[in-house]
Amino acid sequence: MSDNILEMRGITKQFPATRALDNVNFVVRRGSIHALVGENGAGKSTLMKILSGLWPYGTYEGDVVYEGEVCRFNKIKDSENKGIVIIHQELALVPYMSIGENMFLGNEKGRKFAIDWEKTHAEATKYLKMVGLSESSKTLIKDIGVGKQQLVEIAKALAKNARLMILDEPTSSLNEEDSRALLDMLLEFKKQGMTSIIISHKINEISYVADDITILRDGKTIETLTKGVDDISEDRIIRGMVGREIEDRFPKRHGVKIGDVSLEVEHWNVYHPIYTERKVIDDVSFHVRQGEVVGFSGLMGAGRTELAMSIFGRSYGTEISGTVKIHGREVKLHSPRQAIDAGLAYVTEDRKVNGLILSNPISVNTTLANLKGVTSHGVIDRDKELKVADDYKNKLRTKTPSVTLNVSSLSGGNMQKVLLSKWMYSDPDILILDEPTRGIDVGAKYEIYCIINDLVAEGKSVIMISSELPEVLGMSDRIYVLNEGRIVGEFSQEEASQEKIMARILSADPSVKEKKQS
Amino acid sequence: MTKTKILRFVQKYTMMIALILVTAFFAWQTKGKILLPQNITNIISQNAYVFVLATGMLCCILTGGNIDLSVGSVVCFVGTIGAVLMHNKLNMWLAVLVMLAVGLLIGAWQAFWIAYVKVPPFITTLAGMLIFRGLSNVVLQGKTMAVTNEKFVRIFGGGANCYVPDIFHGEGMNILCIVVGVLACLAFLFLTFRANISRRKAGLEAESLKVVAVKALVIVAVGIFFTVRLAQYKGLPMALIWVVTVIAIYSYITSKTTIGRHLYAVGGNETATRLSGINTKRVYFFAYSNMGLLAGLAGILTIARLTSAQPTYGQSYEMDAIGSCFIGGASAYGGVGTVPGVIIGALLMGVINIGMSIMGVDANYQKVVKGLVLLAAVIFDVVSKKKNN
Repeated sequence: MSDNILEMRGITKQFPATRALDNVNFVVRRGSIHALVGENGAGKSTLMKILSGLWPYGTYEGDVVYEGEVCRFNKIKDSENKGIVIIHQELALVPYMSIGENMFLGNEKGRKFAIDWEKTHAEATKYLKMVGLSESSKTLIKDIGVGKQQLVEIAKALAKNARLMILDEPTSSLNEEDSRALLDMLLEFKKQGMTSIIISHKINEISYVADDITILRDGKTIETLTKGVDDISEDRIIRGMVGREIEDRFPKRHGVKIGDVSLEVEHWNVYHPIYTERKVIDDVSFHVRQGEVVGFSGLMGAGRTELAMSIFGRSYGTEISGTVKIHGREVKLHSPRQAIDAGLAYVTEDRKVNGLILSNPISVNTTLANLKGVTSHGVIDRDKELKVADDYKNKLRTKTPSVTLNVSSLSGGNMQKVLLSKWMYSDPDILILDEPTRGIDVGAKYEIYCIINDLVAEGKSVIMISSELPEVLGMSDRIYVLNEGRIVGEFSQEEASQEKIMARILSADPSVKEKKQS
Repeated sequence: MTKTKILRFVQKYTMMIALILVTAFFAWQTKGKILLPQNITNIISQNAYVFVLATGMLCCILTGGNIDLSVGSVVCFVGTIGAVLMHNKLNMWLAVLVMLAVGLLIGAWQAFWIAYVKVPPFITTLAGMLIFRGLSNVVLQGKTMAVTNEKFVRIFGGGANCYVPDIFHGEGMNILCIVVGVLACLAFLFLTFRANISRRKAGLEAESLKVVAVKALVIVAVGIFFTVRLAQYKGLPMALIWVVTVIAIYSYITSKTTIGRHLYAVGGNETATRLSGINTKRVYFFAYSNMGLLAGLAGILTIARLTSAQPTYGQSYEMDAIGSCFIGGASAYGGVGTVPGVIIGALLMGVINIGMSIMGVDANYQKVVKGLVLLAAVIFDVVSKKKNN
């Protein structure tokens, strides 16, 4: 038997607009804990989706070799039958079912037409003991905390006879204590011969448990570091994650005057709309000036979108407190309408889900946030609307034969331009752009950057939320770093670097604790 | 090239083509009886309530595939109230106002729960269906109440004397009907060409004049044909006046006003709409209150045509309305559908109904056929959309 339980060779995965994985090689030693690290969008999740069969055989190039044989998984069940079990970042448990029911969901104990509940709960209890949970298997999932839910997920994986466990950000929603317990458990399983792949952004945790570390960047394998052989210090890992040159991918801004403060947010606090005891935004204060592009950097789930939406007419969250000042005057924004009227625009992330009405034409989408502009006495002037849409089409060079076509017919970059048109037509002073270039190609990105430059040249303020560090660095005059709902750093363009920002994000927790103690 | 063109044409006008084919089929099977003046008049008077309810239902469906199950019961309840009021010698116009107000109130009551408390529409209106059916029974004590107000019946009804009187007193031909028909066609031509020309002037893309002319001529020809058919019988049925008024108002609202735009937007993407500063709750409230108002009107038309109120009236009306919407191209997910489309859907159902009745098909088989037509229409819609993607 070979020493390697898994070898992924020359994996390439092409999406319509981007190449998510480019000739990736990934080798996991039997009985090791292997960490997979990289920035957002580096391709970690895609690689694991291929391994688990979520992207079936044939949709990618390259070979997945598991236990010495080439695997052709068509669905998740196929990989699970071989003992490869993935535990997703978002827990996949049904809240109103018991722990036992959840553990054997889709894999029920008993005969085909009769579930054997006694066996179900007996088995469940056995696996719960293995992960150190003393809860009854009849307890409902909703009644136990997130930390314990994560353990149930692991117990569920064990119940599937997992021999290779993949954990995607297993500790992202856990506190320090629970995280440590979970990592120790992984070490315990390792002793019993289990192999694990762990995806994490928390470098300290990785150095604690991992035997090998593979770094992905832009869909390519950069290197694999081995404990005891290579240097696996935090700095070393960060350098591997971000270490690319910023090419000339960003248009220069010339002579844009940065003026007075246009938006000022102070002591902003927001709680989760459903889990109302969870604080999503914690005492955030920031400001933006006229003619300035301010970047918001942070990992997914850091609270950037939540921050933007809560400011934009309280579209997110409950028990919001804090003040918002626009051009020095305090404003109360209780609905998106009020926010728009006050001069704000929020260009949503995920244009297909939150931004555009796909079943409607480009023209309709363009005027949606400012229907007043083409309406008199409640009646829409269709001709005027088409004219407006056409003007924006020409201004932003949207590629489409006609603005009467549905937006769903456009490519991602052109959809983004329509989304920008919509908000530009609402004539805002301050634009919040949430992931404005996600999933679009390099050429379209450049055009979006040019539009941003034109906006600030007109004296508008732009807040850019982005997960791509090079983009934030290349476009922003100033950068805020957000982590777990708190601002953990602020850099000017001159002092900012990828390493500094990454280091701030990764070492955020201790510094905040120090602050709290003082 | 030509093949894809034909395909696109068929896809765009599917239901129109289906309507023509089905009509032709019945014309052949019934030896032309279905096109007799009397039957054409019947299609309109018998289905007046469907046209009215389907128009309102479209507004609900546009918001996201939400339906209103209570309309049949509301029709019955409103009719009951009207019959009782007129039985007690209340002025008929006052009675009409009260009926519309009751419809609107019921609509607003349900709309409140749906829009502001977020009770699912299906459940809210299922409750309404039970509540108002029950109340109708309570008020009527299970009996029939005759509507004896002749003026009311003449103005809203669909019976033998419910026609617009011919002020020109034509012999064998209702001249007023011809005049109105021709005027309507001229108005239609004028509006169509004016819109096209103003679009050209503004420098926007517009259909070529040839295409517009051909389309307009076809529609005018059909219009003139029906006008003549109606004129050969007894002229303009009063029900037609009400139906056309409702269709005209709601075509305008859905296609030209901000209210209409908001209906489509909410159904197309509620989050995007909300974040664009549109009060989505108000949109839901409008759709369901309006449904109540139109159910009220349908109630008026129903008791006038049947000259009585009974606790069983209006049963399964909601299904006729919902079916017409989906056959007429409304999307079960919301955001897609037009008033003219829905009217064609309702007409298709009406033609199938009357065609089979003339052929003497058993009523139970008629239901089977209607069910199959509904299923086929939606399957076609889903499949053709999948192919386009």
